Amino acid sequence: MNHELNAILAIAGRDVTKLLRDRTRIIFSFMFPLIFIGILGQSLQANVASSLGFNVLLFTFIGVMAQTLFQSSASGIISLVTDRDSDFAQEMFVAPISRYTIITGKILGESTVSFILVLSILILGLIMSIPVDWTRLILILPAGFLACLLGGAFGVLVMSNLSGVQSANQVFPFVIFPQFFLAGVFNPITHLPPLLFVLSRIAPMTYAVDFLRGLYYLGRPEYSRVVLHSPLINLAIMSVLFLLYLTAGTYFLNHNEKNR
Amino acid sequence: MSSIISVKNLVKRYRNSPTSSVDDISFSVKRGEFFSLLGPNGAGKTTIISILTTTLSKTSGDCLVAGLDVATQSASVRAKIGIIFQNPSLDKNLTAEENIRFHACLYNLFPYRPLYTQMPDNYKIQVKSLTEVIGLTATDLNKQVKDMSGGMRRKLEIVRSLMHKPEILFLDEPTSGLDPLSRKNLWDYLTHIRKNDRTTIFLTTHYLEEAEDCDNVCIINNGKIVAYGSPGDIKRQYTGHHTTLEQAYLKIIQETN
Repeated sequence: MNHELNAILAIAGRDVTKLLRDRTRIIFSFMFPLIFIGILGQSLQANVASSLGFNVLLFTFIGVMAQTLFQSSASGIISLVTDRDSDFAQEMFVAPISRYTIITGKILGESTVSFILVLSILILGLIMSIPVDWTRLILILPAGFLACLLGGAFGVLVMSNLSGVQSANQVFPFVIFPQFFLAGVFNPITHLPPLLFVLSRIAPMTYAVDFLRGLYYLGRPEYSRVVLHSPLINLAIMSVLFLLYLTAGTYFLNHNEKNR
Repeated sequence: MSSIISVKNLVKRYRNSPTSSVDDISFSVKRGEFFSLLGPNGAGKTTIISILTTTLSKTSGDCLVAGLDVATQSASVRAKIGIIFQNPSLDKNLTAEENIRFHACLYNLFPYRPLYTQMPDNYKIQVKSLTEVIGLTATDLNKQVKDMSGGMRRKLEIVRSLMHKPEILFLDEPTSGLDPLSRKNLWDYLTHIRKNDRTTIFLTTHYLEEAEDCDNVCIINNGKIVAYGSPGDIKRQYTGHHTTLEQAYLKIIQETN
């Protein structure tokens, strides 16, 4: 097998193995969607759905799914900081593989982990009888991999400039949580004040959420009320951001690691 | 005998530091040699190991490892070396065997498989024979690293670092934190592989008795070489024939501080 590919699979496999042993993470993967969809989504549906003209519960469900794929990949990449603090990162950095291989392996692994975690959201959707077109959802699910890639690349950029676990714990929530609202995971963002509009369009999660919504709602009557940009525009922006984040993040990672 | 490590005029100055941690150092290590780099804390030992193992860039100078330039041929250098770090670099949430498998796949020795049972037979044979030599059992291999003792973790790191049969084994204070019996077992095994496989050993340690059997010792202080030679030569030169390397070392460090 190709050396770099073998290393990518090993790095990705490690992340999946670790997830399956991490009961807390698995339990919490149910907790957040339960709060976001079960409480926030239900209350919005009961109070504002009629004025918005679309099912808010479904809107939130697709949003949380995209957010989970993006955020889980990003936070998984941040675990490289934990690896660095626990000295395990040295094992990868002294192996005869390129830094891009390490990053690719991490993104692939955390993307797989994200998909496993998304299963909990799908189960929640079934339990709550959310009016999901399951065939349509399953058809768009592979496109969720692109949301994972963008989240992973964003994680690389953030992580490459963090000095340790403590700074990761402080910085990461700061760059992720505002995106929940700016990206419109549970709140419509078609109309925003100028400052929030700019911040919303800077937030990469916006494009991941809008991309999956665009694919899901394509051809449906509420499409124009729910979706900001066409899936092709989102795809183009996501591709540019992915390449930008990945290249800059890997450069900073390599540079900061070797040029202390 | 040819040099397997060649260091010429090596300088390393960390960012925002007014002085060089490694200041114009030159030395070489021959193939199969047992070489020890000694010095007090902060002398520059780990900096030199980090540069030679390609995890840190040098400020200036030339470093060749196995005939390869550490700056421009870093991936090829990393394929030829094994490293046991000062701080254990194991994933505590994986089992011992999973840590070994991860390493073996990073070095492309075997194709990656998610489960041990799916790994090729020759992988299983190699793991079994290596672990038997240092006294790890099949049960130990299935333990998560967080449930293993410090001594066992060190043994595991050695097994892992030898999987790809490195030409040079870098040991950065490998016995720190180990009890005397674990240290003895470790050195018995390292002596075994040095004699059998002619692996070059590059050691840093604060336990000076571990360096008594070295072919050559290089003592550094404040980033500069202050003594170099066989332990016998160094003792003869500084403290006399019937002294220990530790006595000679202490005298050298006091004189050069």
